[in-house]
Amino acid sequence: MTRFFESDIFYAFRSSPVAIVSAIVTALLVLSAVLAPLIAPTNPFDPASLNLMNGFTPPMEPNAFTGDSFFLGTDDQGRDVFSTILYGLRISLFVGFAAVLFAMILGILLGLLSGYVGGWTETIIMRAADVQLTFPSILVAMLIFGIAKGITPVEYRDQMAIWVLILAIGLSDWVQFARVVRGATLVEKSKDYVAAARLIGRSPLTIMIRHILPNVLSPVLVIATISLALAIIAEATLSFLGVGAPPTQPSLGTLIRIGQGFLFSGEWWILFFPACTLLALALAVNLLGDWLRDALNPRLR
Amino acid sequence: MLSFIIKRVGQSILVLLITGLVAFSMFTFVGDPIDNMLGQERTMEDVERLRQQLGLDQPFIVQYYRFLEQAVQGNFGVSYRQGRPVAEILLERAPATLELAAVSGIFAIVLGIALGVFTAIRRDGVAANLIMSASLIGVSLPTFLIGILLIYLFSVELGWLPSFGRGETVKIGGWSTGFLTESGLKALILPSITLGLYQMTLIMRLVRSEMLEVLRQDYIRFAKARGLSDRVINFRHALKNTMVPVITVIGLQLGSIIAFAIITETVFQWPGVGLLFINAIQFVDIPVMAAYLMLISVMFVGINLLVDILYAFIDPRLRVAA
Repeated sequence: MTRFFESDIFYAFRSSPVAIVSAIVTALLVLSAVLAPLIAPTNPFDPASLNLMNGFTPPMEPNAFTGDSFFLGTDDQGRDVFSTILYGLRISLFVGFAAVLFAMILGILLGLLSGYVGGWTETIIMRAADVQLTFPSILVAMLIFGIAKGITPVEYRDQMAIWVLILAIGLSDWVQFARVVRGATLVEKSKDYVAAARLIGRSPLTIMIRHILPNVLSPVLVIATISLALAIIAEATLSFLGVGAPPTQPSLGTLIRIGQGFLFSGEWWILFFPACTLLALALAVNLLGDWLRDALNPRLR
Repeated sequence: MLSFIIKRVGQSILVLLITGLVAFSMFTFVGDPIDNMLGQERTMEDVERLRQQLGLDQPFIVQYYRFLEQAVQGNFGVSYRQGRPVAEILLERAPATLELAAVSGIFAIVLGIALGVFTAIRRDGVAANLIMSASLIGVSLPTFLIGILLIYLFSVELGWLPSFGRGETVKIGGWSTGFLTESGLKALILPSITLGLYQMTLIMRLVRSEMLEVLRQDYIRFAKARGLSDRVINFRHALKNTMVPVITVIGLQLGSIIAFAIITETVFQWPGVGLLFINAIQFVDIPVMAAYLMLISVMFVGINLLVDILYAFIDPRLRVAA
């Protein structure tokens, strides 16, 4: 542990106020998402706890009929906005992390494979990556979501939506990882330790996973952080467009979509607070990713 | 040069064949067309007859060839949801998207270059630094939030501009335009800014960094020594030489503007192709999805090919590398 506190990374972190603030914001948001069931005053998905009379209560004001007061107000169905944000944050973060993890594993495997094996395997994988890079990733994600939705039977669509979303965002994002890992693998492949491992008869799979992989991980970490911000925004955008998390499991994007409908009637808080939360999350993760890239890559400084 | 062009065209056609395969597979694997066309009461003979009629008994590769043949002629079948030919719906929706894309493209290019030049010349000024910081925040903001923010400011609070739709449109031939009426022009403002803002910041930052690079060159110093005015140096000598990379980026961003129009069109309920696509995904309207995929891939691949070939004309080194 002391080794970590004395490391260059920690020094760079301590001397960058932007990094500290964004790390604190990210940590707070992740923590409140994880602890949502404990923090949230109500469970917004338990119909028994809802009172329709509480609908459209402004923030910090008692409701005209029931006298109940809510920290950030309520939406049209009388759901506490603060609670829906906490649960929405949970879904947004879960989809973001899971999608990046999926993209990372897929990208690392394909990158290692094409870098180490070469030949036709490499040509096919990298050509596929090139084709996919021609299109904006949000478009690719929409398309995969549409196809996957078409394949799932109607009665499972809402249940599966979150997983389909993870699949769509993950598949739209693997190319970055594969390219970087392939490049690093090509460099590592020609080093002596790989030749030595081959000489003592280790299988190609073991060499790839046990020997090369640990040496190509540091750029992967940087891409993963930047991808996380992109994945969170992609998820919010898809859900906002109505092709993501369903209203039964709303993410921050779905909440903003719902809130947009009440913008003109003056119930601004239904839209405003989820939007602020998303903004804080996206900005904090983004800044953290930028900082990490600079810190791990001294040449760029 | 010729062999380079042939190679690139060949690659592009391969990409189009692959996206065509994806589009075609959507028909084959997502739902059974026979199920969609025949009702509950059907006999095995009916199914078999229709299968033969539609050519579904043919091998996969023959069906795929037929699909491509039809697609090249602009025939994508009938929308499951609207019951009309997809090509007809697309043609009807295209003017809205193209007008929006054109206005936001011009907005992005004009303002992007102007602000880029300004921030490069007044590098240490307060205004230039403010613009640069604002552009950083602008890049991190999701597009749809920018749209909502603009709607809140200019439609809800100030009531100056409409928040949805195209306003009144005038039909000229088959083209419905919003350029000729006041409400049509007003309706264009907010969506165009929303759509063009990201590209504008991109162009601005690029022009700025290219300008800073050029302004350091010797010929600029020589122009100063000759006693030319700042205006002539900045615009005639410096700006002109930043244009090659800027034009490339503008070319490559054209496709993105059309693709990102999906988001803007949904926020503003703009009746264009993007909104059509989103609705098609929501209702699993396969023919519309497939047609949109083909259309957008032809566009993207075409733009990429054009930029590559133009680049090879300008920079001979690329011909050898490829």
